[in-house]
Amino acid sequence: MQINLRINHENIRAEIDPDMTLQKFLRSQKYFSVKCGCETSNCGACSILLDGKPVLSCSVLAARAEGHEIETLEGLQKEAEEIGGFIADEGADQCGFCNPGYIITAIALFKENPDPSDEEIKIWLSGNLCRCTGYEGQMRGFIKYREWRNGR
Amino acid sequence: MKELKSVNKGFRKKDAMQLLTGKPVYTDDLVKEPCLIVKLLRSPHANAIVREIDTTEALAVEGIEAIFTYKDIDQNQERYTIAGTSFPEYAPYDRLIIDRHVRYVGDVVAIVVGKSEKCITKAMKLIKVDYEVLPAVLDFHTALDNEILVHPEDNWSAPANFGADVKRNLVAANCSSHGDIDEVLSKCKYVIDRTYHTKANQQAYMEPFTTYCEIDSYGRLHVISSTQIVFHIRRIVAKALGIPGSYIRVTKPRVGGGFGAKQTVVSEVYPAFVCYKLKKPCKIVYSRKECFIASSPRHEMEMHVRIGADENGIIKGIDLHTLSNTGAYGEHGPTTVDLSGHKSIPLYGKQEAFRFTSEVVYTNKQASGAYRGFGATQGLFAVESAVNELASLMKVDPIELRLKNIVKEGELMPAYFNEPLTSCTLDKCLLRARDMIGWKEKGQRRVLDNGKVRTLGVALAMQGSGISGLDVGSATIKLNEGGFYSLLVGSADMGTGSDTTLSQVAAEVLDTDIEHIHVFSADTDISPYDSGSYASSTAYVTGKAVERCALKIRNMIIKTGARMLQADPSECEFDGHKVYCGERSVTLEEVAFTSVIGSNEAIEATVSNSSKTSPPPFMAGACELETDLQTGEVKVIEYVGVVDCGTPLNPNLTRIQTEGGIMQGIGMALTEDVTYTDKGNVVENSFMEYHIPTRLEVDKLWVEFEPSYENLGPFGAKSIGEVVINTPSPAIQEAVYQACGKRFYELPIKAEDIVASQKK
Repeated sequence: MQINLRINHENIRAEIDPDMTLQKFLRSQKYFSVKCGCETSNCGACSILLDGKPVLSCSVLAARAEGHEIETLEGLQKEAEEIGGFIADEGADQCGFCNPGYIITAIALFKENPDPSDEEIKIWLSGNLCRCTGYEGQMRGFIKYREWRNGR
Repeated sequence: MKELKSVNKGFRKKDAMQLLTGKPVYTDDLVKEPCLIVKLLRSPHANAIVREIDTTEALAVEGIEAIFTYKDIDQNQERYTIAGTSFPEYAPYDRLIIDRHVRYVGDVVAIVVGKSEKCITKAMKLIKVDYEVLPAVLDFHTALDNEILVHPEDNWSAPANFGADVKRNLVAANCSSHGDIDEVLSKCKYVIDRTYHTKANQQAYMEPFTTYCEIDSYGRLHVISSTQIVFHIRRIVAKALGIPGSYIRVTKPRVGGGFGAKQTVVSEVYPAFVCYKLKKPCKIVYSRKECFIASSPRHEMEMHVRIGADENGIIKGIDLHTLSNTGAYGEHGPTTVDLSGHKSIPLYGKQEAFRFTSEVVYTNKQASGAYRGFGATQGLFAVESAVNELASLMKVDPIELRLKNIVKEGELMPAYFNEPLTSCTLDKCLLRARDMIGWKEKGQRRVLDNGKVRTLGVALAMQGSGISGLDVGSATIKLNEGGFYSLLVGSADMGTGSDTTLSQVAAEVLDTDIEHIHVFSADTDISPYDSGSYASSTAYVTGKAVERCALKIRNMIIKTGARMLQADPSECEFDGHKVYCGERSVTLEEVAFTSVIGSNEAIEATVSNSSKTSPPPFMAGACELETDLQTGEVKVIEYVGVVDCGTPLNPNLTRIQTEGGIMQGIGMALTEDVTYTDKGNVVENSFMEYHIPTRLEVDKLWVEFEPSYENLGPFGAKSIGEVVINTPSPAIQEAVYQACGKRFYELPIKAEDIVASQKK
């Protein structure tokens, strides 16, 4: 079947299988920031923005994205660099495989709530698993990012 | 000592921004199209013989390229191991690419190759397999001398002597001792005699096993894989396929986490075999379920500990017997079990005797492998829990008991291969952890107004720094035209940041900024030999190779500069920018230029390094738990860790290593369970059931360092990667006991068990 959607502000028309997930579709279109870590909607590595809201692309059929606006980290490079720099300064990127998923979720969080509390950050990102860091270093990065934003 | 400019500084990882902005740097991002997909049909039985397999219908599915079964593999050929360790491997040769005899639920029955996942899924359902189902050994207590043999075949062999007797399901047996432990324990006033059980934890790296293979421009097999061990893969794939290693090149791109899992050649052999047979590019990407049921988790172990102290609270001896379950294949079986004793017993330095015996057995369960801590984690859970219980028995504070007994710098460690302890601040670590958690102020148990209980627990840990006398790390450094350096290593940065810390070591020696060190890892055709990133070896073993290599380059720069200045090298100095002879100087750029124009001498060097000893890093960990005795819910309020890893090469990265290790240890203690059905199926086969900690489980991690200085390490460094996972399970076990009055001898400690402990 054919779908029409926007990916990172670009109109895309593509031929897909009806049972294809959005995660598989985006990778087939070379949006490699979209990872697959679990296939069971638990890890958050495939997080993308659908009409500005973070969703797990492994849990959305590509067909359901018809007519919608999809954003992957490829389309949010400036924002990713901005937040990511604070994570890098803590060394909390580590293996990096979960990074695109939680960075895009964090971009959505700060867009919706520019001054989130520590608890709100934790809850927003709780669906993004990380096995390397114990989360503490990421949290230090987010707190410093928040302070930097507030001081701007 | 000269002030450090690069080492011990918290530089960003060199690959950080690529990772954080989602660039295509992992194996599956680098695949060239078109690329065939490889999937494995796996056994539904724990022990069975494939009587017949019919692939006719499956082969007819559109898009299917090939299906390989046991018929394509010589069943009588020499077997191999997929354990990524130095040759001759300390692991049995017990694998075939496809074995007619399948030995656990998940063992490979067929390799299916097709143009898409969809056609493969369809074809897999059409493969008809007739199994002769055999009874299975699932309980590792009954494995030894069981009439069911996991490996009855004649072509099983052991490349080294580790006490195996395959006709008894015995993979390895070992015994070491010092003094007369029975005599010593018989005279002890206080003796704890307990048996502990730890299960097969999953490493749960975020990037599943992924391997891509192609025939390269020179007609050679190029294996690109998410691995910690490029050089071992080359040797093992060559043996499995029966082809020369010279025909194989192995490259490691960025790795999405390893934690030891990728020290085993879990996924590489299958696509390599397919690519070699079909001469077409192909890839395999494990599903998360496959990662949980058919990979390389921690060895399940049962440890019987006897520990004794005299009336003055001096620990006189430890007697440990470990039974380890290697599963259906023996990867890392003989080696992991060793660490359960050799990296737990030496913590206590006043022992008059010790004994450590071990047995490793085959069962019809998923094969085990390497996971951070590598047996030490299991052994330390047992020994440290026993020390806590000993303190209870003696009615003394568990920290006081330890301060009286812990090993000290300068002492000889009989249970650690008689190595002398050359650097150690464990006492400082423990005192600082005590203060950080507020041990004295809070007391070990207090009841809150809401009825919940706050309790404290403590534990110690040690590990090694590489495998002494065996591990090799190497570095190649070259000075390039323009005056910048290339650093080539064969170790595998799997997210730890080792590429960056090794660059810091090189920059320190060469008096340059780390921006001028361009690091590359790892490729068997390009990198100098490295046994791989495991056994906590990279910072210490490879790090020292980098330091020595950089020193050599430094001298070569001075030599070339001296020649340009028509001076003797002994009269010259190098400050990182210029070579000086008195007032006269040449720039590094000029030296580099001279070395590439009409030159007969490259400014390039390779240095290998191996260490005769494996200086242990140490850690003290303490936790504060909040337990709801009504529901059994346990919340980690705070976990503090103080580490002696020698000089932290990059304090940011050593801190993150520690925090991450602590969190994995907390998961092991409280939530991560691996259980089997009575048919041999892993129950927890997704992140839905296998519960690794999320951001919400732990309120606070607090990590500090008490650096010793290890003279044998680069700039005083020891290892960091593994020691950090070991303290949580015994510390939490103790704190749970303080909360509910019951000691748990099996992990994880679950809410329902705590509730049950309250029902008298």
